[in-house]
Amino acid sequence: MSRHFRASFSCEEDLLGAVKKFRASGFEIDDAYTPYAVHGLDEAAGVRRTRLGWVAAVLGLGGAASMMAFQDWVSAVDWPLNVGGKPLSSIPAFVPVTFEVGVLAAGLGSVLAFFVVSRLYPGKRAFPLLDGVTDDRFAVVLSAADQSFDESRAEEISRTYGADSWCLVDPPKASPRRPLAAMRWLR
Amino acid sequence: MSTLMLEQPVRPPLIAGEKTPGQVTADVSRPLEGKATPLWWGAFLVSLAFLGLGVVAVSYQIATGIGTWGLNKTIGWAFDITNFVFWVGIGHAGTLISAVLFLFRQRWRTSVNRAAEAMTLFAVICAGIFPVIHMGRPWLAFWMLPYANSRGSLWVNFRSPLLWDVFAISVYFIISAVFWYFGLIPDLATLRDRFRKGWRKRAFRVMSFGWNGSMRTWHRYELVYLLLAGLATPLVLSVHSIVSFDFATSVLPGWHATIFPPYFVAGAIFSGMSMVLTLMIIARKTMRIEDYLTLNHIDAMTKLVLVTSGMVMLAYGTEFFTALYSGSEYERFVFLNRAMGPMAWAYWIMVSCNVLVPQLFWFRRCRRNLAVVFVATIFINIGMWFERFVIIVTSLHRDFLPSSWASYVPTSVEVATLLGSFGLFFTLFLLFCRFLPVIAVAEVKGVLGVGRPSKAVSRVASTGGPEL
Repeated sequence: MSRHFRASFSCEEDLLGAVKKFRASGFEIDDAYTPYAVHGLDEAAGVRRTRLGWVAAVLGLGGAASMMAFQDWVSAVDWPLNVGGKPLSSIPAFVPVTFEVGVLAAGLGSVLAFFVVSRLYPGKRAFPLLDGVTDDRFAVVLSAADQSFDESRAEEISRTYGADSWCLVDPPKASPRRPLAAMRWLR
Repeated sequence: MSTLMLEQPVRPPLIAGEKTPGQVTADVSRPLEGKATPLWWGAFLVSLAFLGLGVVAVSYQIATGIGTWGLNKTIGWAFDITNFVFWVGIGHAGTLISAVLFLFRQRWRTSVNRAAEAMTLFAVICAGIFPVIHMGRPWLAFWMLPYANSRGSLWVNFRSPLLWDVFAISVYFIISAVFWYFGLIPDLATLRDRFRKGWRKRAFRVMSFGWNGSMRTWHRYELVYLLLAGLATPLVLSVHSIVSFDFATSVLPGWHATIFPPYFVAGAIFSGMSMVLTLMIIARKTMRIEDYLTLNHIDAMTKLVLVTSGMVMLAYGTEFFTALYSGSEYERFVFLNRAMGPMAWAYWIMVSCNVLVPQLFWFRRCRRNLAVVFVATIFINIGMWFERFVIIVTSLHRDFLPSSWASYVPTSVEVATLLGSFGLFFTLFLLFCRFLPVIAVAEVKGVLGVGRPSKAVSRVASTGGPEL
């Protein structure tokens, strides 16, 4: 089990400052835990942009295209019903349903992809690395397994940025933070 | 020190009372932790009684048939479609607040969006009931879906606006529910970690999906939230446009109007905003969330009511002008009949509630007076219900042939169904207030004015700064 260094803070800006400093000093930031989305934290920690948007784009356009094709097949091929002499392939009339189904596919698809990539599912046990990170505490976790990990430097930075506590921890049986191999491209 | 002074926010804080993130958690969890107040029980039992009335009325009309309604051959749509359009419209403000205001970076929305989204969900449930009952044989409602069947080549008619409506309302419900639940997940995790034991702890554990506040998850979460907001915005515009197509694609004077889609969308947001205000004024008093839902929030929402009232007023005027200018006798007759015929009382209730009452909101003193806002929003909701009634019934009751002219009076069964839908709506809303966080905790924490700034920075200011 790889060791980690954890520093906890009670203010967003302290965490943000410490994360920037840790990164600039060459530490590997494993993760950070916050009660709300702290703006700029992902860039400061070097999290690469997620590509989940592609799921929405592909599923949305794919869902819309399939629905348009399905409606046309139903109305012009499988059950060509003459309604008031209107054309069988009445594409404009198919636009509303096409749009709705596209939105449905994009919305549901991106949420499902989010759960799969983040490895979240109903009933999963959370292993918080620190109590209170869903309330008012902020924590940053550094990889400390490496021989080159400089504990005294990490402590110094933590102290400077007003950390309440810091220590070396063995993370609990936390689930892997990286997405499944097949989904890794999405980040 | 001077740089720090410059960084002070110019705008007043969104949340009053100088809350810290920990206090936000405590304040929002408090109503969930204690026993329900007598006020809650009173409201809940009254709502439940109305719901019970609705269940009896709906069971009776399903068992007997929709001959229990006051409809006739001329007026084939009346009370139930009015209620349907009314409830769908109520829902639209929730999506406006949660999605459109999010895209416009209106950060005050964080105090209201959770409750408004819940309102959307419950309003769409109420709306969905009416067309299903209207089918007469609701157990065959699944015939509306295009599924592979054994009746040869037989499909639904994709050219029918009524079918578009099935898709629009279903998708709207699903996406609203997903959006709402997605926003709830971090707060459910907060509650999971706050409750020490008991069934609620277990329920929150299941419902929070193992959320642990990791920044990587937050990073993805924010993108997906933005995507959902971006998808819900055109969706909400499409839903009420499609509802208006139910009328606009017909050839009936009074319905056959190209102005209908924007007119309906503006009216929906107008009525929905009023309903949000009515509910939030009650909620902030009974749930003691005055610090989160300040007069500034009420003020901002009443301005939206005023703007949409202006749009609705413009639509009324345009509709009337087009009818008079069209040269079509039938168009002209329908509109003059609306304003001066046997149903003129309904038309003038609509105009006074939707055009005159909102003019109060030009005055800051009225926007910030809770009693005025409360009464005015109730009038607006009455007015918007009558708008749909006027559009539907007055357009139908004078048919092309005078021999077919008829009138319409709702039966007690129809009135009981409407009251029942209000019972359902408030029962669901009260259960939501009791068991789930009414305020988006994680979002509010992100807009706090205090509690976020650094301890280290203030030390820099006082001691000259650490050596780094």
